[in-house]
Amino acid sequence: MVKALDPHAAIVTEAGGLDQGGSLTTADGEPLARALVRSSRRARRRALLLVLPLLLFIVVTFINPIGQMLHRSVFNDGFSANMPELTVWFKEHPRGTQPDEAAWQALANDLQAAAQVRTIGVVGTRMNYEMAGTRSLFTSAGRKVRDGLQPPYREAMLEIDSKWGDPALWSAMRNVSSAYTTSFYLAALDLKRDENGDIVRVAPEQRVYVMLFIRTFVLSAIITAMTFLLGFPIAHLLATLPLRKSNLLMILVLLPFWTSLLVRTSAWIVLLQQQGVINDILVWLGLIGNGQRLQMIYNQTGTIVAMTHVLLPFMVLPLYSVMRTINPSYARAARSLGATSWTTFRRIYFPLTLPGLGAGALLVFILSVGYYITPALVGGSSGQLISNMIAMHMTQSLNWSMAAALSALLLAAVLILYWVYDRLVGIDNLKLG
Amino acid sequence: MTVPSGNDSFVMFDHVQKSYDGQTLVVKDLNLAIAKGEFLTMLGPSGSGKTTCLMMLAGFETATHGEIRLDGRNINDVPPHKRGIGMVFQNYALFPHMTVGENLSFPLEVRGMGKSEREDRITRALDMVQMGKFRNRRPAQLSGGQQQRIALARALVFDPKLVLMDEPLGALDKQLREHMQFEIKALHERLGITVVYVTHDQGEALTMSDRIAVFNDGRIQQLAPPAALYERPENSFVAGFIGENNALRGTIEKLEGDKALVRLANGELIDASAVNIREVGQPTTVSIRPERVEFKPDLMPADAHTLEAEVLDVIYMGDILRAVLRVADDDEFVMKYRNTLGQTKLTPGQKLRIGWHPLDARALDPV
Ligand SMILES: Nc1ncnc2c1ncn2[C@@H]1O[C@H](COP(=O)(O)OP(=O)(O)O)[C@@H](O)[C@H]1O
Ligand SMILES: [Mg+2]
Repeated sequence: MVKALDPHAAIVTEAGGLDQGGSLTTADGEPLARALVRSSRRARRRALLLVLPLLLFIVVTFINPIGQMLHRSVFNDGFSANMPELTVWFKEHPRGTQPDEAAWQALANDLQAAAQVRTIGVVGTRMNYEMAGTRSLFTSAGRKVRDGLQPPYREAMLEIDSKWGDPALWSAMRNVSSAYTTSFYLAALDLKRDENGDIVRVAPEQRVYVMLFIRTFVLSAIITAMTFLLGFPIAHLLATLPLRKSNLLMILVLLPFWTSLLVRTSAWIVLLQQQGVINDILVWLGLIGNGQRLQMIYNQTGTIVAMTHVLLPFMVLPLYSVMRTINPSYARAARSLGATSWTTFRRIYFPLTLPGLGAGALLVFILSVGYYITPALVGGSSGQLISNMIAMHMTQSLNWSMAAALSALLLAAVLILYWVYDRLVGIDNLKLG
Repeated sequence: MTVPSGNDSFVMFDHVQKSYDGQTLVVKDLNLAIAKGEFLTMLGPSGSGKTTCLMMLAGFETATHGEIRLDGRNINDVPPHKRGIGMVFQNYALFPHMTVGENLSFPLEVRGMGKSEREDRITRALDMVQMGKFRNRRPAQLSGGQQQRIALARALVFDPKLVLMDEPLGALDKQLREHMQFEIKALHERLGITVVYVTHDQGEALTMSDRIAVFNDGRIQQLAPPAALYERPENSFVAGFIGENNALRGTIEKLEGDKALVRLANGELIDASAVNIREVGQPTTVSIRPERVEFKPDLMPADAHTLEAEVLDVIYMGDILRAVLRVADDDEFVMKYRNTLGQTKLTPGQKLRIGWHPLDARALDPV
């Protein structure tokens, strides 16, 4: 039989010599490693100069705001800055201490001072986040104590409003008396601190965020699956059709990108609403009665349909770019080796598309987890996602700390997802294009 | 090797035609019978339809017209995975997401073979190409030559009776290519399989094949064993495509049986044997191999016509010398002669008379 020769076997030669330590040196005796560092330093410095503008841009417009947001999610001095005496009293007395006369006096003094410099509203707002319905207690008390109270302060305050004696109120005030707080994160997970400082779940009718998080992730998973089911055949066609036809198809895929959001959304409303095209057709075909028209918009269905449409390109493009590089001879080889076309797809073609699929799924999922406008427009109330809640806190309730905490949780979830993906598939297997 | 005819052939192309676009024929009336155990090479320039023929045989393209038979059975409508034909692709087509072992296991798994038999066969196939140690590597971790061997092992592991190879060595460097040619040939002889091999490298075709089918323009120009192809080309294309060749243009002056007298454009007469010419007055191209050209009168047949030649250049090639001559207004006439002790020294500008045995000059179709 044939002798196994490897004509490619190379002979390794050394550039310079070996010094006493056994490491390589250049011809003039300099350690090789050091020579390498020196010779590449210039190139690295130039490369740094080239990326510097982008780096600055990213720091200013991306890292800095995210840092500020993260800070805001654990920091709110609305109470502590404006109620200094009471804050000091809380610090000096451990939780569980009954408020003594000094505490009541601190409260009265702080309220008076805050009322005079008109920051009592800020204090009330901060308290209101912690304990709903307490804002008016503060503002009305502020009006009454502006001219000062006479001791005993406890009785004087209770006379203004008996609610001031509520232990839950005092517990809440203690909670907000430190500027740094985890209470927004607790609230974002439907948790709170009770009077004893223990973490408990909020009342069932107040639990919204966990449900919204779950809904966000479930809907995002459904949307990701939908884009996969629709996008995979499209990407395959794109990768195999002749250039002219595939260009046309590509335009169709990218069309939602290039269409104004309002046009796109109106089109979906025209199609999906109860008096819309699809319902008309179904009724006309006799599949449903006129009274049974389907509700397909302003609910979760609307959110899923519209978002699948918008996010489809993010699945198609990475898949397409991977599929284009899959040599058709792999499939031919598999067929010639005896595999049916289904086996060939399952064992050869599909595994080879996984890097694109992973990239597409990750993109679509992360984008839909943070999607805001489409659910707001076509989601109704059952199709709202966590991002809509964040927007609500930003623009309506103005509880930016809460918005920041929700966003930070979302960010953490995405990073965890990224990490899991890296462990399972490997980020370096990601093929975006 | 017996040349098959009619029904006892293993592979049979019967009046096969192929068109991709419905306007031009890429394969024009292909008739080809391949015997069991034969090593047949399809040789031809790029675009001559070799791959198309192979793809039709493998089942990836359908014949537009005609019939392809394998072992006596018409396989026109048999899908590729049921043909049981091994195939080696030019880029090897090893599945990149599988290890070498999994690549070899694939054809056995899809055949529903049990684990222990699979292991057996994989080990045997890998040993056959001396790649036993590389079983757990991925294709990307192998050199080109190693990938080539794995591709070969994978095409053979399920014991196909017929193996197709489409320019399997095209991506290797010269040294490795020659080595692999030798290995493939040895495997063919040891296993007794039938091989249809496609290449555009004539050297490869000549060293490996039992028979060579020279393709051009969708037709087989000549089908013959290597020596016959080189020594007795049947038309100008084959004469020019295989080996180095001198082509002299002229017209038939006299035709006597298979002896022809040809008048060249400048009026000189030469002797040739008639191959595919029919009548006096017809234009022709006479083909003479450079190593059959003589310039010493004692080596030429006594009554042969000789030609006036002027030496333009002499190239020293070690074992031989290669002289470029001007002959009958042709500046590219080549003569090769052995580099022996005391060989006559030719110098540029020197005039001499050249000649050849009439059997070595073949009067072919005009180009
Ligand atoms: N899939 C195809 N579609 C259209 N034309 C093709 C296709 N494959 C090959 N051809 C054409 O058929 C001719 C022969 O090609 P091919 O069989 O690949 O030649 P070879 O393998 O001898 O180089 C070429 O002109 C080529 O352009
Ligand atoms: Mg080819």
